[in-house]
Amino acid sequence: MEISNSVLLTMLLLPVASALLALAADTKPAIMRWLVFPLLGVGGIMGVLQGAHILLQGGSQSFLFSPGLPWLHWHLRLDPLAGFFLLLIGIVVFAVSLFAPGYAREFEHSKQPLSVLGLFTGLFVTGMYLVILADDAFAFMVAWEVMSLSSYFLVAYQHQNAANRRAALLYLLMAHIGALAILLGFGVLAGFGGGFTFDLMRAAPLNLTWASIAFGLGLLGFGMKAGLVPVHVWLPEAHPVAPSHISALMSAVMLKVAVYGFIRLTFDLIGNVHWSWGVAVLVIGSITALYGVLYAMLQTDMKRLLAYSSVENIGIIFIGLGLSLTFFGTGNHLLGVLGLVAALYHSLNHAMFKSLLFLGAGTVIQRSHERDLERMGGLLSRMPWTGAFFLIGCISISALPPFNGFVSEWLIFQTALQVGSIHSGVLRAVIPIAAIVLALTSALAAACFVRLFGIAFLGQPRTRHVRRVREAGRGMVWSQGFLALLCLLLGVLPTLTVEAINHISFSLTGYKLQAATAHGWLWLTPMSADIASYSAPLVMLAILLAFAAWALMYFVMRPTGKANTVHTDAWDCGFGPLTPRMQYTATAFSMPVQRIFGSVCRLQEDIERLPRPHLQTEAESIRYQLQVEDSMWRWFYLPVVKLLHAAARRAGRIQSGHLRHYLLYSFITLILLLWLVT
Amino acid sequence: MIDWLLALSQAMLFALLAPLFTAWVRRIKCWLQNRRSPALLQPYRDLRRLFSKHVVMAHNASIIFRLTPYIIAAATLLAAVAVPLIAVNLPTAAIADVIVMAGFFALARFFLALAGMDIGTAFGGMGSSREMTIAALAEPAMLMAIFTLAMVASSTNLSTVISHVLADGLVLRPSLLFAFLSLVLVGIAETGRIPVDNPATHLELTMIHEAMILEYSGRHLALIEWASQIKLMLYGVLIANIFFPWGIAETADALSLAIAFIAIVFKLMLLGIFLALGETVLAKMRLFRVPAFLVLALTLSVIGLLSHIILEIN
Amino acid sequence: MLAGLPIYQQAILLLAALVLFSSFTLLAQTRVTAIIHAFAWQGALVAMTTALVAFDSGKHHLYISAALTLSLKALFIPWLLHRLVKKMRIDRVAHTVEHPALVLMIATALVIFCYYVAQPIQQLEHSITRNTIAISMSVVLLGMLMLVSRNKAVSQVVGFMSLENGLFFAAVAATHGMPMVVELGVAFDVLVAAVIFGVFFFHIKDSIDSLNVSELNRLSETDE
Repeated sequence: MEISNSVLLTMLLLPVASALLALAADTKPAIMRWLVFPLLGVGGIMGVLQGAHILLQGGSQSFLFSPGLPWLHWHLRLDPLAGFFLLLIGIVVFAVSLFAPGYAREFEHSKQPLSVLGLFTGLFVTGMYLVILADDAFAFMVAWEVMSLSSYFLVAYQHQNAANRRAALLYLLMAHIGALAILLGFGVLAGFGGGFTFDLMRAAPLNLTWASIAFGLGLLGFGMKAGLVPVHVWLPEAHPVAPSHISALMSAVMLKVAVYGFIRLTFDLIGNVHWSWGVAVLVIGSITALYGVLYAMLQTDMKRLLAYSSVENIGIIFIGLGLSLTFFGTGNHLLGVLGLVAALYHSLNHAMFKSLLFLGAGTVIQRSHERDLERMGGLLSRMPWTGAFFLIGCISISALPPFNGFVSEWLIFQTALQVGSIHSGVLRAVIPIAAIVLALTSALAAACFVRLFGIAFLGQPRTRHVRRVREAGRGMVWSQGFLALLCLLLGVLPTLTVEAINHISFSLTGYKLQAATAHGWLWLTPMSADIASYSAPLVMLAILLAFAAWALMYFVMRPTGKANTVHTDAWDCGFGPLTPRMQYTATAFSMPVQRIFGSVCRLQEDIERLPRPHLQTEAESIRYQLQVEDSMWRWFYLPVVKLLHAAARRAGRIQSGHLRHYLLYSFITLILLLWLVT
Repeated sequence: MIDWLLALSQAMLFALLAPLFTAWVRRIKCWLQNRRSPALLQPYRDLRRLFSKHVVMAHNASIIFRLTPYIIAAATLLAAVAVPLIAVNLPTAAIADVIVMAGFFALARFFLALAGMDIGTAFGGMGSSREMTIAALAEPAMLMAIFTLAMVASSTNLSTVISHVLADGLVLRPSLLFAFLSLVLVGIAETGRIPVDNPATHLELTMIHEAMILEYSGRHLALIEWASQIKLMLYGVLIANIFFPWGIAETADALSLAIAFIAIVFKLMLLGIFLALGETVLAKMRLFRVPAFLVLALTLSVIGLLSHIILEIN
Repeated sequence: MLAGLPIYQQAILLLAALVLFSSFTLLAQTRVTAIIHAFAWQGALVAMTTALVAFDSGKHHLYISAALTLSLKALFIPWLLHRLVKKMRIDRVAHTVEHPALVLMIATALVIFCYYVAQPIQQLEHSITRNTIAISMSVVLLGMLMLVSRNKAVSQVVGFMSLENGLFFAAVAATHGMPMVVELGVAFDVLVAAVIFGVFFFHIKDSIDSLNVSELNRLSETDE
C-alpha cells in the first residue's frame, strides 16, 4: 500500500495548523487545550502510523513538493530509516500533546504569551518531520534551520531570566556553527555528485580524503546538535531552561534527529566507510558517555541532571555507531549491522525513557515549584503515579533487565565482544576498552538514578511546599504511563523490535541480521544461539513467577493470630525522632564518586566554618557549597577563544587607517584574482 | 522436559545449599580465630525464625520498601538459574547469558539502594551511596573479566564457556589466570566480604550492606539475608565452575550428576576455606582504599585481556 | 593455538604475562618496601622464564644468564636497596603517584602500542617466544614510564632496573639471549650501577636532605 501525497501533506500541515491556531490563544487560553495540542497529537499519531507502515513494509517512496518557489522543488522521501525516526518523533509528540494541556496551564497566568509557546512548538515539530523526510540538501537545511530557530525561541521562552537568555544565545550560536559544518559537508558531496539531491550525492565518486572531510564535517555538525563532548556545552544549559515538555522534545527527539542526520550522511550518502572513522566515533562516543554520566552524577538540578544524562546516552549511541562503522570498514558486514541495530535500538529507547523522565521532572517542578534535589524528598507517597512511572524511567535508563535500556546496551556489548573477527590486533585491543567504558558508564548511571529517585521521591520531604504536593492531572499522568508502558514493551519484546529495525539496515546497507530472530520471538540471539542469547519474555515471566511463589510462601508461613506488620517509628538510635535534615543529601550521596573522579571535573568546594564562641576548635555550624563547572570550558573553549583573540589581533593589524593601504589591498586582491582566473 | 526439570531442581539446590555455604565459611572462620562455631544448620534456623516473626516497619515506609525484598530475592534467584551448578547444556542457561546475570545483580542492587534511602535515615543513605559507588567500580572490572572469558570461548553463554574450558583440557592460559584473580576480587567486593565490607559488623561508620538493611525485619530481612547468601554462593560457583570445571555433568544421567554434585561440594568447601582464611588474615580497608582495590581488579582483567590478545592468538 | 603447545611453552607465556603484571604493580605501588619486593619478584619471574626458554631451546648458556639474573636482580640488588632504605630510614615514606589512574591508562595504552609495533617483528619470527616480544618491549616502556612518573630517587632507580629487566627479557625472547660476553658485561654494569646509585643516594640526601628528585631543581643556576 502506498502512502499518498496528501496523507503526507496532512501530517506535515497538522503541526503547522496547530502553530497558526495558537496565535489566537492569548485571548482564549482554552484553544490551547482543545485545539492546539490535540492537533499536534493527531500529527504525532499520523507520524507513528506512516513511520510504522514504511518500517514494517520496507521499500521507499518519493514525494515532490513545491512550497512557493516554482523552480525549486523539495524532494521528500520516506524509507525505513526515515520511517523509524518518524515513528520515534510521532510517539514522543503524541505523549507530549497529552501532557502539555495540563502543564501549560501554569503559563496561562504568567507574563509569557501562550501563543508563542504554541506557535513555536508546532513549527519545531514540523521542522523535525521535514528534516527526516528531506531528500535533498536544500530541503534538509531549510528544515534544519526551522527546527533550530523555533527551538531557540522555545529555549528563550522564559526570557525574563538572564540565565535563560544566555543559554538560548549559546544554543543559537552553536546550532549555527553546526549547521555551517553540515552545509559544508553537503557541499563536498554535492560538488562531486553534481547536484543537491541525495540521489546525486549517493552516486558521488569520492576519494578517501574528500570522503573523510565530508565525514568529519558531518560528525562536527551533527555532533554539535547531538551533544558530543566537547561540543555539548549548550545542551546542559539550554535543555533545562525550556518548558519541560519542550525539554522532553529536545532531549528525546531533537538529539535523535541529529543522530538520524549522522546515519543518513555516513551510511547512506557517503556509503563507503573507512574503519578509522569508526575508531574516531568510538573514542568520542566513549568519552562523551563517561563525561556525561560523571557530570550528571554531580548535578543537583533535576533537569540539568537529565540533560547531562542525555549527553551520556548520545555517547552510548555513538559507541554503537562507532562499532558499526569499524566493523563495516573492516569488512565484517553482519557485525556492522549488529552495531547499527544496537545504536538505533538505543535511540528509540532513549527517546522513550528520556521523554518519560523529562515529563516526570516537569510534573514535579510544576507541582512543587522546586528544581533542586536538595529541597525535595518523599514525593512518592504524595504523587504515587508520577513516582511509579518515574521509577520505571529510572530503571530503564539504568540499563536493568527486563526494561528496554538493558536490551540495547546488551546488544552493544555483544557487538563489542565479537572483535575476534577483526584481523587488526590493535583494534581487537581497543574495542573491549570502549566496552569497559560503557560498563563503567552504565554502572555510574545506575548510581546516578538511584540518587535522583532516592533523593527526590523517597525519604522525608525536605521543604514545606514539597510536603503539600499533590498528584498531577489525568493527562499528565497518562502520558507518562503511556511512555512507561512502551519502555516495558520494548524491553520485553526485543525480538520484534530488532526484526523491524532489520528493515532499516537492509535498506541502508543490503545486509540484515538473519540469526538474531531466527529462534522465534522468545529468544534474541544476535549472532547465533551458541554465542549469546537472551530471552526477555521468559525473564519477565520468571520474575512474575517468583513473585507468585513468594506470595504463596507468605500465605503458608505467615504467623497466625497476631498482627502481621507493625508500624512504628524508624530506628533513631534513641535520640528522639528523625528529622528531614538528618537524611543524606544529593551532594553527600555523590561525594564518594566526586572524590574518586574529582580530578576529571572542575569543582569548587567551599567549606565555611563558624567556630563556637568559647571553644574555637569546635564548629558551631558548617556550610558546604559545591559548584560544578563543565571542565570543557577550560580545556577546550578558553583556548579556542584565546586563539581567536590572537588571530583577530593579528588580523587587526591590517586595519591601519591609511587610505593608501586600503587601496593597496584592493590592488593586490585584483591582481591575485586576475592571476587565479587565467 | 527432563532438562527443564533438572534446571529447576538445580535452582532449588542453589537456594537450599546457599545458607549451608555461609555456615561453612563462618565455621572455618571460627576455627581459625579460636572461637566455638555455631552449628552448620544455624543459618536455616535463623531464616526460619525470621520468617515466622512479624515485620516492624517505619511509618513513612513506601511501597518500594515493601517490594524490595521480593525483587532482590527474585533477581538473585534468576541469576542463580543462569549459572550452571552441576550440569551444563541446560535450557535455562539460554535465558540469560553472563551479562544478563550481571544485570540481575544490578537490578537487585538498584532496589536495595533505593530501599536504603526510603525511610530517610542517615545510615540508609550512607550505605546506598557507598554501595552504588563500589558497584560502579566493580562492574567494569567484572565485565572486563567476563569479556576475557568470552573472547577465549567466543561466547557469553556460561554453559558454552564452561564446555569450552572443559574441552580444552588443562591449558595454562595467562588470560584465564588474570580473569580468575580479577573475578575473585570483584566477588569479594560485590558480596561485601572483608576487606571491602564486613558482613558481621553493625559499627555505623564501616558498614555498607548492613547500613542499607538496618530498617528491615521479619520475613523481609529473611529474604534479603537469603538472597545475599545465594549471591555469595553464586560467586563461588561461578569461580569454581568456570576456572575449574572438572567434574561438572555434561550429560544428564544419574551417575555423572552425582559426581558433579560431589565435585561442586568439594570445590565450594575448598573455596570457603580460602575465603575464611583471607577474611582472617586481612583487615577491613578504609572506604577510600576500596577504589584502589577495585582498580587492581580492573588492571588484572585488562592485563588478562591484553595477554589473551598478545600471547594467545597467533 | 595455545592448547596445542607443550606445557612448558605454555608456562613461558604464562610467566611472560606475570612479568607484565609485575611491571604494572611496580607502577602502582606506593611504599618503598613494596616497590622493592615487586622488583624482586619481577627479577625472579624473568629468571624463571629464561630458565624455561633455555630448557625449551636447549641453549645451555641461558641457564647461566638465568642464574645470574636470579642472584642479581631477585636477591642481591633488592637486598642492597632494602639495606639502603633501612639505613636512611626512608622505608616508611610514601612514594605517591600523582595521577594513579592516568598512569595506569597510559600504561595500558603503551602495552597496546608495543603490540602494534611488535607485530611486524612477530611475523618474521617462528619461535614460541615471538609473542613475548611485545611484552618485553612493554616492560621497557613501563620502566621508562615509572622513571617519568615518580619523584623519589629510589623508585626511579627501581624503574631503571626494571627497564633493564625488560631489555634482557627482550633479548631472551627475540634471539634467545645475547652473546655470553655481552650478558656478563651488562650484568656487571647493573651491579656497579646499583652500588653507585647507593652512594648517590647518600650524597643527594646529604646535600638536599631529601630523596625527592623534584627538589633537585634547586641545584640549577637559574633563580626562581
